Amino acid sequence: MAEPAAGFLDPVVDEDGAPFWEYAARGELRVQTCAECGEPRFPPRPCCPHCRSFADTWRRMSGHGRIWSFVVPHPPLLPAYAGVAPYNAVLVELTDAPRIRLAGNVVAAPGAPLDSVDPARLRIGAGVRVVFAPAAPGGMPVPRWLLERG
Amino acid sequence: MAGLKDTAAIAGIGQTAFAKRLPEAEKTLACRAVLAALDDAGIDASEVDAFASYTMEETDEVELAKAIGAGDATFFAKVGYGGGGSCATVAHLAAAIATGQASVGVAWRSRKRGSGPRPWTNTAAQLPTPAQWTRPFGLLRPADEIGMLARRYMHEYGATRDHFFQVALACRNRANQNPAAMMYERPLTREMYMTSRWISEPLCLFDNCLETDGALACVVVSAERARDCRNRPVYVHSVAQGLPAQHHGMVNYWTDDPLTGPAWTAARRLWKDADFGPQDVDVAQIYDAFTPLIPLSLEGYGFCGRGEGAAFTEGGALEIGGRLPLNTSGGGLSEAYVHGFNLITEGVRQLRGTSTAQVTGAATCLVTAGEDVPTSALLLRS
Ligand SMILES: [Zn+2]
Repeated sequence: MAEPAAGFLDPVVDEDGAPFWEYAARGELRVQTCAECGEPRFPPRPCCPHCRSFADTWRRMSGHGRIWSFVVPHPPLLPAYAGVAPYNAVLVELTDAPRIRLAGNVVAAPGAPLDSVDPARLRIGAGVRVVFAPAAPGGMPVPRWLLERG
Repeated sequence: MAGLKDTAAIAGIGQTAFAKRLPEAEKTLACRAVLAALDDAGIDASEVDAFASYTMEETDEVELAKAIGAGDATFFAKVGYGGGGSCATVAHLAAAIATGQASVGVAWRSRKRGSGPRPWTNTAAQLPTPAQWTRPFGLLRPADEIGMLARRYMHEYGATRDHFFQVALACRNRANQNPAAMMYERPLTREMYMTSRWISEPLCLFDNCLETDGALACVVVSAERARDCRNRPVYVHSVAQGLPAQHHGMVNYWTDDPLTGPAWTAARRLWKDADFGPQDVDVAQIYDAFTPLIPLSLEGYGFCGRGEGAAFTEGGALEIGGRLPLNTSGGGLSEAYVHGFNLITEGVRQLRGTSTAQVTGAATCLVTAGEDVPTSALLLRS
């Protein structure tokens, strides 16, 4: 993992994952999808496990999802993360692609820190929507999640 | 695989002390454990011709063979996925011996996790895939990944922290009987558990394994040879590895059904080749890096139905005299966390009748390796 100045980890992008992060930098949530049979897959990989096609497309998602599960990490953690602990880390199941689950953080606003939402407000099944912001100044834009209601 | 049944046996076990900090190097500890296991078997080191270890092991077979004065080796193997490989080491040696590729095999684990760095702090060593999808969001440690599954499991099946406490307590109670355990004479209470600090909510301090310096080893030979060894043979009855379809490693939450982990895959093969079933298991040594792995494994290995693993822990089921005595040396939670190898040696002691928490008349034992990573398991019998 690359570390921006603030010590938060940036994704180390591989060939399969690169398009996801390129779209994220443009503020788009897209999921790798088989161009032959239409099955979405995550994490990205070279070929489709359903039909073995190597042809893919990156399907735009609505950006809506539900919290599948979440944790609240406490130290010991890497220093940058310890500095905002306890924070939330969530797994979001996408409304448009059930079973595609993305790890992320629920924040109060796109650029808000990882501890900007009280974990007591999180529930499995709660609706969230995606926004994009770097984890730290100068970092790569990554998906962040806002609670749909209050 | 039916051809492997009871053809090989564990003839010797050995270990060093377990502590938060031991002065000797990992390599030295490995040599001591292997030599102790050979002495336990009554076999000279010069007869060793096969080696099996698993990843994250720093002492390789070249160094070990040279140091102990082994003979010419004709088989060596290293299994992937950290703690998921513990039982596979014995399985690989058993297969090598059954097929005539070798005659005396040693498997070992040496680790200075207590005094050494925590693996997850080495960000450079974390693989880009799948770490790019988790680490930036602060899912940094195995506890965070298992915590994610644990919360979902609690939500789906009504599991509670009291269920996880029952697991931690059973292991601690057994460690309290075991002078070699790090938690010998250190009882655990429900109040201690419920008021302990969080590591990754919903997991608290006592849901996590120990951090230990130490080494263990075992010697595998043919069943025939084992009958002439110093101690009672423990037969390798059935073995299995498990890498489920579409599995992603410890972040198993990208499969269609994250709550059925590699245990389910390993179990199908393990029971298929066995002469007995889960109801006939006298004692179990189940990988316990985290307490929620126990209910998930109880379901996977068929001791109860899907979603029933938490309820299974109630009423002292995991204690001595219970339905399935668990981790009778204290396990990774309370004896030592040496990537699960202590579960193998304790399985052997139970079937020899020499455990510090002996299950009366124990004749069958399940031993499992790390769950939620590609895993392995053994059925041992006396
Ligand atoms: Zn396809």
